[in-house]
Amino acid sequence: MTLNRRTFLKGTVATGAFATAGFPHIWMKNSSLARAAAGEIKVGVLFSLTGTTAIIEESLNKATLMAIEEINDQGGINGMKIAPVVEDPASDPATFAEKARKLVLGDKCVSVFGSYTSASRKAVLPVFEKRNNLYFYPTLYEGRECSKNVIYTGALPNQQQDDFVPWLVEKFGKRWYLIGSNYIYPKEENNYCKKLLAGLGAEVVNEEYVPLGHSEFSSVINKFHSEKPDVIFSTVVGDSVVALHRQYRAAGLDPEKMPMASLTTSENEVAAMGGDAAAGHFTSAPYFMVWDSPENSRFVESYRKRWGGDKVTHFVSEPSYFQVYLFKQAVEKLAASDITPPNIREAIKGEEMIAPQGKVRIEKENLHTWLWPKIGVCKSDGQFEILKQSSDWLEPIPYKAYENQVCTEQGLKES
Amino acid sequence: MDILAAQIVTGLSIASILLLVALGLAIIYGTTGVINMAHGEFVMLGAYSAWFLQTFVGLSLIESLVPIFAMVAALGWIAERLVIRHLYRRPLDTILATWGIGVMAQQAIRLSAGGELRYVQMPPAMANSISILGIEVSAFRAFVLVLAIALFALTWYLMYRTSVGMKLRAITQNREIASCFGINSNRIYSLTFAYGAGLAGLAGALVSPLKSVSPEMGTTYVVDAFMVVVLGGVESLIGTIASSAILGQLNGFLAFYSNDTIAKACVLVAIVIVIRFRPQGLFAAKVRA
Repeated sequence: MTLNRRTFLKGTVATGAFATAGFPHIWMKNSSLARAAAGEIKVGVLFSLTGTTAIIEESLNKATLMAIEEINDQGGINGMKIAPVVEDPASDPATFAEKARKLVLGDKCVSVFGSYTSASRKAVLPVFEKRNNLYFYPTLYEGRECSKNVIYTGALPNQQQDDFVPWLVEKFGKRWYLIGSNYIYPKEENNYCKKLLAGLGAEVVNEEYVPLGHSEFSSVINKFHSEKPDVIFSTVVGDSVVALHRQYRAAGLDPEKMPMASLTTSENEVAAMGGDAAAGHFTSAPYFMVWDSPENSRFVESYRKRWGGDKVTHFVSEPSYFQVYLFKQAVEKLAASDITPPNIREAIKGEEMIAPQGKVRIEKENLHTWLWPKIGVCKSDGQFEILKQSSDWLEPIPYKAYENQVCTEQGLKES
Repeated sequence: MDILAAQIVTGLSIASILLLVALGLAIIYGTTGVINMAHGEFVMLGAYSAWFLQTFVGLSLIESLVPIFAMVAALGWIAERLVIRHLYRRPLDTILATWGIGVMAQQAIRLSAGGELRYVQMPPAMANSISILGIEVSAFRAFVLVLAIALFALTWYLMYRTSVGMKLRAITQNREIASCFGINSNRIYSLTFAYGAGLAGLAGALVSPLKSVSPEMGTTYVVDAFMVVVLGGVESLIGTIASSAILGQLNGFLAFYSNDTIAKACVLVAIVIVIRFRPQGLFAAKVRA
């Protein structure tokens, strides 16, 4: 028998039809109703492993997976293992939304850990709100969001700035130069900063935004020379941070007289710019790698053991790590048949744990996290020295810059 | 007055980086007509070579410049031999092919060196600023400026004062006739491509202590390089240096008096207007077709 095209096609179609009929789970694998079936709890892990922000998101992916492995090694949650489904959204917001849909609808994950940029969080938000699923977001961000479907474990503007700005004004002076990357996060941070500065009687000599990914700061540095501000408040992000610090150093400016105070410079960026360029500049964050606590030594040690001795932990990878444990504590309270995203949300409200940075708690009103802001100065060995920790943990207030708006359990209240 | 002078120096410094990045592209594009989308990746490979030689071999940046040129030129030569050689008569296909080479180079680096930002140390002797005529200038930026001009002079010499350069110019004017006179155009093209790639590698190594080193760093440089070449005019070395200077100063001044976002937009608008009225660029060489 000769195999011509028509018989070949017929045969293929028939085989295909038989296969799908014979093995319905191939096309019906998503029909299982119980989400915690087969003794495992499926969660999504959605950090970019390629593209521009992969540089940082890789470390968030690693911290998340490490926490999951640790929990599984300790016996899982009520005997069930956490099964991570890792997707790579390639630093592209549209792909983030698509992968989020896949994780929520296709894989039936009960929660997803993911995102670094605000753009990617905004892109996946409709998916989680529409399907009433739950997204764990580890990054410090601009606030002004009140979603019932996101657990925010990073710092808000009020948590990073309330101690930092008055401290800098007192120590260095009242003429401030605000520089940031040109997108929503720096603008909202500066918005809040200007409010604080106005209250302290300080003055903003210039407020400027550079394009994302910008790497030529010589004109900006000339402006530093001519304006001579007391403090340069930087919310420049990504590789621009590295370029700004290195060019500042090369131009012979002195951090003793005109320090840069940043909300975005972590150990990660410092490793790339070199300790000499970073030394003498300040960062405010709830977590630094050098923080001295038993929980943190354990975290740093296992992170380096798992991923390599030269790796650093930083203020976004730490929340990526502890938020998995908060998830675990919430799920532990539920019966296997009750493990659904809305139940997890209710269970996680008010949940507390000792994280590497200190004791944290999920605020039940707005699902943000109570954190311990710290002020660090960078040293030439590439690590920070912690100068000050806030006297108490700080409440998250996502609408602090907007007096007439409050985020509550019922949603956003305007007065 | 001080500010004005400082700003002119800043513009020169921006221009020198533009010139470094664009020079290799100008030569490849101007002579072979290949639109080399992988040019930025050769810049990136140069930066990673600097990082590699510094971290694993222990060479300082200055010592490693010659090896970096050789390494990236060799990679360019291989790319030309394997891929681009077969596409000289299909210039549009080279866009896709070189873009593919660029993507592969990015991923190869990501897989071998990892995705995180890398650190290349600035030569310690040049880490501080020096004072020229009362203006504080970063010593390293001054060094980059001098080196960019030196490389430009070297390139000009190769093109106009050596027999290889003469053959290259002959091929550029008319490949078939040049071949009739016994010029091995394949060999000349390979050499040109390797030289252009090597220059890109040097550019990458020289910017690495001022900026950051990541697998994606090339994409911004290739755009800058194309702007310089398009504005200056293809096949014109003088055009390349002149348009680098113009773009550098324009960028510097606009960024100083407004901000970098506006400067970037205004420069692009200016280029669009110029090529609307002078599609051949500002300094196009007059060549009989």
